[in-house]
Amino acid sequence: MTYLHNIGTYFIMIKDIFRRPTKWSVMKPLILKDIDDLIIGSLGIVAFISFFVGGVVAIQTSLNMTSPLMPKYLVGFATRQSIILEFAPTFISIIMAGKVGSFITSSIGTMRVTEQIDALEVMGINGINYLVFPKFIALTLYPFVISIAMFLGILGGLMACVYGGYGTMEDYIEGVQLDFIPFHFIYAFLKTLVFAFLLATIPSYYGYFMKGGALEVGKASTTSFVWTSVMIIIVNFLLTSLLLG
Amino acid sequence: MIEVKDLQKSFGDSHILKGITTSFEKGKTNLIIGQSGSGKTVFLKCLLGLFDYEEGSICYEGKNFSKLSRNEKTNLRSEMGMVFQGSALFDSMTIAENIMFPLRMFTKQSKSEMEDRVNIVLKRVNLDNAHDKKPSEASGGMQKRVAIARAIVNRPKFLFCDEPNSGLDPKTAIVIDNLIKEITEEFDITTVINTHDMNSVMEIGKKIVFLKDGLLEWEGSNETIFKTENEAVTDFVYSSELFRKVRKMYLEEDTK
Repeated sequence: MTYLHNIGTYFIMIKDIFRRPTKWSVMKPLILKDIDDLIIGSLGIVAFISFFVGGVVAIQTSLNMTSPLMPKYLVGFATRQSIILEFAPTFISIIMAGKVGSFITSSIGTMRVTEQIDALEVMGINGINYLVFPKFIALTLYPFVISIAMFLGILGGLMACVYGGYGTMEDYIEGVQLDFIPFHFIYAFLKTLVFAFLLATIPSYYGYFMKGGALEVGKASTTSFVWTSVMIIIVNFLLTSLLLG
Repeated sequence: MIEVKDLQKSFGDSHILKGITTSFEKGKTNLIIGQSGSGKTVFLKCLLGLFDYEEGSICYEGKNFSKLSRNEKTNLRSEMGMVFQGSALFDSMTIAENIMFPLRMFTKQSKSEMEDRVNIVLKRVNLDNAHDKKPSEASGGMQKRVAIARAIVNRPKFLFCDEPNSGLDPKTAIVIDNLIKEITEEFDITTVINTHDMNSVMEIGKKIVFLKDGLLEWEGSNETIFKTENEAVTDFVYSSELFRKVRKMYLEEDTK
């Protein structure tokens, strides 16, 4: 029953995100601040992880190609496919569920604990629209982060391949260009937009409806990370089955 | 004026408010007192419209809250100011931005008009030089004064305060009490204060509502509370030796 209640409350919250909108003059700076906190603030860690994981994927692929009959350009091909189809959209989103999701839950949860959300409601302000809508809009720029992750992942693979002595630049680039299917990009960015919606709403739900004190803020952050990750994995499976299956 | 009739509120099986009927008058500091668990906070949250109630009615200057449309409720809420126990200031904003917030949300004033209003209100609460400070840089007493300034900046008709003196030293508590009383009289607003503080009861309780186990046990003023024979009230208010002595002195003076 609790699960059903939580799911119902979550969907009512989603409806409330768009109800009784806050004045644009107030909303605009909130959106810009959230773009800074959630998107710009995540670029560093996303770039770092993507570059090195791209490198590791290239090295692992190269080391596992033991047959001399397998062409060297397969390293570039395998790296591109892994990065574009799964690593950048899905695994970066799980990392973001930890970074951005915990930030959203703890910042909204702290506002709940310190009665700041009550203060908004007493003033007649739709607290859900005021707090969640800017995050939702900011995260529509999330595909921009993922495209950087894709680029740096493939670049990391190239660097590791060439400077690690696992292959030549020409082979790697040939592999990256091999059998390129543009729909894979559409698939990846569609997934990314759905994950962005989950990243904005699930952590907001756990922050907004939390009860208790500082300890519960920590617990809510952890629960929000777990459920956001679980939902990303489930939605990833469903979308992959629907779009590529 | 706020009129409450037969207000009843439950959470599951637990019946918190069991039919409260009272009124809170305009231009007066109305106090709700009672032991922990008596239903004070639930009552205040019902008055604020944060909790729905099962039975009864609350009328704000004749308007029955539960019968208002969503827009009318929003408009009525914009006429309410609230001072929370922990001040509830927005951490990400400066003190001036906190006070300006209701004006930005509910008025079409220009920035200079809003700044003028913020300056007036900050001066009224004796915080002339605190504009650019963050709430975390202000003391507890300053935060309470900022919360009062934010609550009155949009000229509310109703002011609600939840334990405005909690966590303050006795001297600052008196400053806050007097400030609320002066503002109530100056702007002719209906003020309802939820408090445990007996100094507030004695100093500013123009009307006092005493709750016990979700029922209105007694109502009166800071003058009649000295004379009451109600055992529950005397047990609660005169639980300390100091207040028993004060009461004795008051009654001796009165008989002379």
